[in-house]
Amino acid sequence: MSWLRKPSSKPLWQDEFPVYQADERYVNRRQFTKFLTLTSLAMFAGNVWILARSLFQRRPSYPRLHVASTGELDVGGVKLFAYPTAQDPCILVRTSNDSYVAYSQKCTHLSCAVYYSRDENRLECPCHQGFFSIADGSVLQGPPQRALPKVSLEWKAGLIAAVGMEGESV
Amino acid sequence: MSPNPPQNRGLTAIDGAIMLIAILLIVQIWLLSATLESYLAGHHEAALPGVILSGILFAACLALYRFVDRIDSDLRKG
Repeated sequence: MSWLRKPSSKPLWQDEFPVYQADERYVNRRQFTKFLTLTSLAMFAGNVWILARSLFQRRPSYPRLHVASTGELDVGGVKLFAYPTAQDPCILVRTSNDSYVAYSQKCTHLSCAVYYSRDENRLECPCHQGFFSIADGSVLQGPPQRALPKVSLEWKAGLIAAVGMEGESV
Repeated sequence: MSPNPPQNRGLTAIDGAIMLIAILLIVQIWLLSATLESYLAGHHEAALPGVILSGILFAACLALYRFVDRIDSDLRKG
């Protein structure tokens, strides 16, 4: 990167170990400025990477997946399943007689598995005490900043099926 | 003898430039974390403005670095 440094008649090591103290202070400041500028370049590269990911990322497909039968769970009961792929753990909760909800089981903080607390009626992440609302997956407390992705459910003829994801994280 | 010799003035200018770069870097770090958080939440529309703003901040840092480099070499020439 010769364009970042003007050509000098002296070799670089003489710049780094100058004879005069004032010159040494200049070199230190210049090197520090170069370090800060390269850090800025790294931040810019990070933003470019995010843009590239969002432009070229494939949209996941959401197949229809039979998750449970309507009488299979008691109120407050839980069933674990994977959707849309085998690497995406999800949790199905029966919240009342005729109400079911399902969310991704990965905490949006650091991907620990969340579980359903029947006493508190909320989803809890045991790693860092992140709590999520059972109604919509929003964050109630703790370090997570984003709601849990919600699995869209359909039930027909006694069968509950997952048909899509809302607010899915990448 | 001058009360504020050119070397000191040069150092003051360089210190000011470093402070400005540090402020720009803090903004850039915040911008990157906000864009990443937004992307992870599924809002991909924030990515392009993030790149443009980050590019402007990087260009400003680069200009300040060139400024520091020029002052440095001017003062060395004496």
